[in-house]
Amino acid sequence: MAVESGEPDLQFRDPEKAEQLTDRLEALMDDIGERVTIMHVCGSHEQAIAKYGLRSLLPDGLTIRMGPGCPVCVTDMPEVDEAVALAEEGKIVATYGDMLRVPGTEKSLDDAKADGADVRVVYSASEAAEIAEEEDEEVVFFATGFETTAAPTAAVLTAAPPENFSILSAHKYVPPAMEVVAELPDTDVDGFLAAGHAATITGYGLFEEFVEDYEVPTVVGGFEPIDILFGLAKLLEFIRDDEPGLANAYQRCVSEEGNVPAKETMWDVFETTTGEWRGIAQIPEANLVLREEYSQYDARGRFDIDVDTTSSNPLTEECLCGEIMAGKADPDDCALFGEECTPQDPVGACMVSSEGPCKIWLEYGGQPDI
Amino acid sequence: MSDEQEVITEAHGAGSGQMRELIEELAVSRFESDDAETDVPLAALDDGSVHRLANGGGSVVVTTDSHVVTPLFFRGGDIGRLAVAGTVNDLAMMGATEPTALTCSLIVESGTPVDTVERVMESMRETSEEAGAPITTGDTKVMGSGEIDTLAINTTGVGIVQQGGHVPDAGLSPGDKLIVTGTVGDHGISLLSEREGFDFEGDLQSDVAPVNDLVAAAMDAGKITAMKDPTRGGLATSLNEMASKGGVGLEIDERSIPVSGAVASAGEVLGIEPLNVANEGKVVLGVASEDADAVLEAIRNHPQGADAAIVGEAVDDHVGRVILDTGFGNRYLTEPEGEQLPRIC
Ligand code: SF4
Ligand code: SF4
Repeated sequence: MAVESGEPDLQFRDPEKAEQLTDRLEALMDDIGERVTIMHVCGSHEQAIAKYGLRSLLPDGLTIRMGPGCPVCVTDMPEVDEAVALAEEGKIVATYGDMLRVPGTEKSLDDAKADGADVRVVYSASEAAEIAEEEDEEVVFFATGFETTAAPTAAVLTAAPPENFSILSAHKYVPPAMEVVAELPDTDVDGFLAAGHAATITGYGLFEEFVEDYEVPTVVGGFEPIDILFGLAKLLEFIRDDEPGLANAYQRCVSEEGNVPAKETMWDVFETTTGEWRGIAQIPEANLVLREEYSQYDARGRFDIDVDTTSSNPLTEECLCGEIMAGKADPDDCALFGEECTPQDPVGACMVSSEGPCKIWLEYGGQPDI
Repeated sequence: MSDEQEVITEAHGAGSGQMRELIEELAVSRFESDDAETDVPLAALDDGSVHRLANGGGSVVVTTDSHVVTPLFFRGGDIGRLAVAGTVNDLAMMGATEPTALTCSLIVESGTPVDTVERVMESMRETSEEAGAPITTGDTKVMGSGEIDTLAINTTGVGIVQQGGHVPDAGLSPGDKLIVTGTVGDHGISLLSEREGFDFEGDLQSDVAPVNDLVAAAMDAGKITAMKDPTRGGLATSLNEMASKGGVGLEIDERSIPVSGAVASAGEVLGIEPLNVANEGKVVLGVASEDADAVLEAIRNHPQGADAAIVGEAVDDHVGRVILDTGFGNRYLTEPEGEQLPRIC
């Protein structure tokens, strides 16, 4: 398996280059001669694709689907319930803004806040630790996100944060989820466009084993329109040549080994465990929990969190989030899309986050036939 | 799904579809009248209403607006300037570029320093002078502490246009060109970054200003068929409204929309589209295609219009929708939903 280089000198937003690349995609699709489905695994990819109208440029027969690529979307309901329970018990709960409106079984953090709980929006784990320095109360950071945010959370814990600080980890680790999706029977993914941000931490080398084991071509891609088209062209080349290869189409940010110190810190602090990804499945080794050495900062050990997860919102049964993130449906296949389910009043998590596929489709007009 | 009582939420105030639905349900259905002398009634949900005077003596334009903003004083302006400019601009959007009179109604939270109110009043005086819009009557109420947030201002404006000389939102026809009078997103992105505590380098500041003089220059230069000031909901919302009210489609070239470098990069950091946030000193005009160049030139020659550009045109396809050519592919430009929140990662 060859790891290819050869990222050309990209003018990230040069429409002429874009045209050359779309011609290339056409030609490759002609060579391939059958339908191709590419899955990307990052909300920012979906955003760029929708924002620049890239789907309207794709040759017939080439479909891009979104995988489980938004950390907000895959945070499970009981995890939200835990955060809500802590907030309702009087702890200060700090988290990223996107998490506020994600519905738990009964309530979101926003609801808890409206009822008087102290819920604060932060932009980083370190900002949450700063709150703990200023306040006497217990401060719990509801820590969500993939490698890109798990590494900074870990860094805060290694820097001896205040005693009244702890984290409720809902951090997740992407590669095992790709394995699960690659194996889903009715998800037919011919290639993966892997998340460039996450790979800046983990390095593209991480995917070597994945490509070998699952024989699916994988390309790490950046987020500018040209990055994405270039990544797609690379994938189509692999598919045409029937070669499950790995390439890095985001060389200006991603190296083979990634950010080694950040990675080391992350694995010093966290270990993987099996856990539920909302709407998708139980995924082995894809949730990050604190190691024994850091248990003093683990909100789950420190407080007795009592959540009742028996009731469920009947509407959520119609929610297709799981199908969408498994690459089996598009947001506008969902009967609730834009009607009962809107960013103000979301039914599923995919309508909440700015990286959520349903929110993105609503915002950018979905997949226009134009 | 539940019998919970329906309540007003902040999203209802964000200026797009949800807000229109609410207004239609609460107000239009009740206040609507079929007065033949009304050229632009409430139901048009335009920037103001237009009523004919007897004997061809012109038409009266009336508009009203309440203003709240956090913080009260922001980079580039304050609530007083906003209140005057907002109403002057609403009159101008109907074609009434020489306001006859404005009102000023204050609601103040008890405990507010007199000095604060004084600064706001002084700013209102300056802005009304700048716009040539005299403030001629008003009202003051004081509410208990915590009952409102410091200060709210209502301004109502009255102006006169020639009969039939008003400019509606709904006037676009296929072929009309669309002109934006300057960079978009300045007010919204600047306020949002100030509120979120981001200290972006560069000259991020609100564009709040009266635009009646600029609009007068444009109207003198050619036929303006439709006009809106893209305040709440931004350019995206205004364009969608103009498309659906006019029964046309719009084709917009994203690359020609003026956006300042500072706004573009702050928008990227925040994850907020400059096209989706408020402007307080910009106009989007529909212009008959043969007049487009002359109107553009007149706008560019005005001190407030140096960055003006033709951004697209009305077409008879995809009625009610706005197609954005991003320079790469095409997509729909939709109205933003609810308040715009900065992203997480
Ligand atoms: S956390 Fe970063 S890499 Fe992951 S989905 Fe979000 S933007 Fe993509
Ligand atoms: S539209 Fe709403 S309910 Fe449907 S899949 Fe998306 S988030 Fe779920």
